[in-house]
Amino acid sequence: MRIPCPLCGDRDHREFTYKGAAVALDRPGNSDWSDDWDSYIHLRDNPAGDTDEMWWHGAGCGGWLVVTRNTVTHEVKAARMAADVKGAGA
Amino acid sequence: MRYSGWQVFKQGLTGNKGWSKAWRSPEPKPEYDIIIIGGGGHGLATAYYLAAKHGLTNVAVVEKGYLGGGNIGRNTTIVRANYFLPGNSEFYSHSLKLWEGLEAELNYNVMHSQRGIINLFHSDGQRDAAARRGNAMINQGDDAILLGRDEVRKMLPYLDHDNGRFPIFGGLYHPRGGTARHDAVAWGYARGADSRGVDLIQQCEVTGIDSENGKVTGVQTTRGPIRAKKVAMVAAGRSSQVAAMAGMRLPIESHVLQAFVTEGLKPVIDNVVTFGMGHFYISQSDKGGLVFGGDLDMYASYAARGNLPTAEHVMEAGMTLMPMLGKAKLLRSWGGIMDMSADGSPIIDKTHIDGLFVNCGWNYGGFKAVPASGYALAHLMANDVPHETAEAFRLDRFNTGHGIMDEEGRGAQHNLH
Ligand SMILES: Cc1cc2nc3c(=O)[nH]c(=O)nc-3n(C[C@H](O)[C@H](O)[C@H](O)COP(=O)(O)OP(=O)(O)OC[C@H]3O[C@@H](n4cnc5c(N)ncnc54)[C@H](O)[C@@H]3O)c2cc1C
Ligand SMILES: [Zn+2]
Repeated sequence: MRIPCPLCGDRDHREFTYKGAAVALDRPGNSDWSDDWDSYIHLRDNPAGDTDEMWWHGAGCGGWLVVTRNTVTHEVKAARMAADVKGAGA
Repeated sequence: MRYSGWQVFKQGLTGNKGWSKAWRSPEPKPEYDIIIIGGGGHGLATAYYLAAKHGLTNVAVVEKGYLGGGNIGRNTTIVRANYFLPGNSEFYSHSLKLWEGLEAELNYNVMHSQRGIINLFHSDGQRDAAARRGNAMINQGDDAILLGRDEVRKMLPYLDHDNGRFPIFGGLYHPRGGTARHDAVAWGYARGADSRGVDLIQQCEVTGIDSENGKVTGVQTTRGPIRAKKVAMVAAGRSSQVAAMAGMRLPIESHVLQAFVTEGLKPVIDNVVTFGMGHFYISQSDKGGLVFGGDLDMYASYAARGNLPTAEHVMEAGMTLMPMLGKAKLLRSWGGIMDMSADGSPIIDKTHIDGLFVNCGWNYGGFKAVPASGYALAHLMANDVPHETAEAFRLDRFNTGHGIMDEEGRGAQHNLH
């Protein structure tokens, strides 16, 4: 599996650390516990198919990426900088 | 037909023509009292105990593939009761006791072999942790022996004891731990359930879960709708997809775990040996193959095969621990889809829909759990209250924060458990 880092180019996935579904971009605004927090921390769509997830390019640029990947075929379809995705209002 | 040594002898002399099928292949009926979705170890054990312990036999197990084709036939077969936290500890202790009586109970040879498990440690801090875990196991009524350097050297002479990075300081020995023949467990429960009247329906995928006014009414399948008063979702790695049919999101992320087996060799590894620091564990099957595995591939996956970097890592760890491994030829590798929960512990509970139950979150440790999980889910479905050994496996613990069971203290990231 190779991940096309927007800054570093196509790199072996061993350079990256997987964090999980890209829910990390949607941290609930309110700090009081609610179903939103349960959903953010624990619950997952866990699709068999395309999904957006967070990967950290630790052995490269050190950036956080949002990678679109198919969980059945492992095909990597796109990688964007998490900061750009977040900025775009995801 | 009752299996026995005498039958083997008699059938052997008469051309093995007298064996009957171990279970029927019935057409689905229009309605059952109970439908179990998923014919893996947990689903089959649930059906068995519903029939055997609660007299509930108007039950169907609906399996999209074939019995034993999921994780139950893909795991590395380790059976142990060395969990640490209350909630898990009594449950796995109960499971091991059920294992110890399973062959007599099922009249089926599941090849349960209590060959002992040794968890190695490599530092003083790790020794303290092992001693603490051992004490927890003893308090639970199970067995644990703390082995020193020399004892491990004597028991496992083939290890690289003086490895520069991971010298072996000792091990936590769990004599009642061991292995079993994985698919025989599925077959034994299947046969036991079938002979009590449970319908095992294979090649039948559940595609929808029906409910009316908050109460479950049945399922949609690739072989038509089937009505039911109660339904249990027991789909392991596919739990999220099945639960989504009932409008639920589970605290689960599915990951692939790989395993490996070498060509058959003469007996060389008597026990199960785990090398936690290298994410490596190994045992030898009764056929002679060295069966070993490591950690997850670490990213979400529904491919029942893994990636090469993890295979390479597992081989490296194996060579670090026991250099003799390099002489063996690797025969096969495969993967299974693990239902990784947010705290690493399982869920056996009711849902927001009346009559709909969920059993999932087994991570990579659900084989040893098969007997107690089926026992507890059958108890819950029959009596509407959880079995005393599984009260902690609540679905709402994540939302309430009460009773989170994170054995390794890794936090709420699904793949870290
Ligand atoms: C490589 C590997 C090593 C492992 N090693 C160990 C070990 O040493 N010790 C241990 O305790 N555990 C181990 N495990 C974990 C253990 O195998 C699992 O936790 C356990 O088998 C899961 O429960 P199950 O047997 O019910 O799952 P499965 O056998 O996967 O059963 C689930 C069933 O549900 C069916 N299903 C899914 N969706 C549908 C649908 N829509 N309709 C109908 N049917 C459906 C599937 O086809 C499947 O047959 C290991 C797993 C793997 C992959
Ligand atoms: Zn990069």
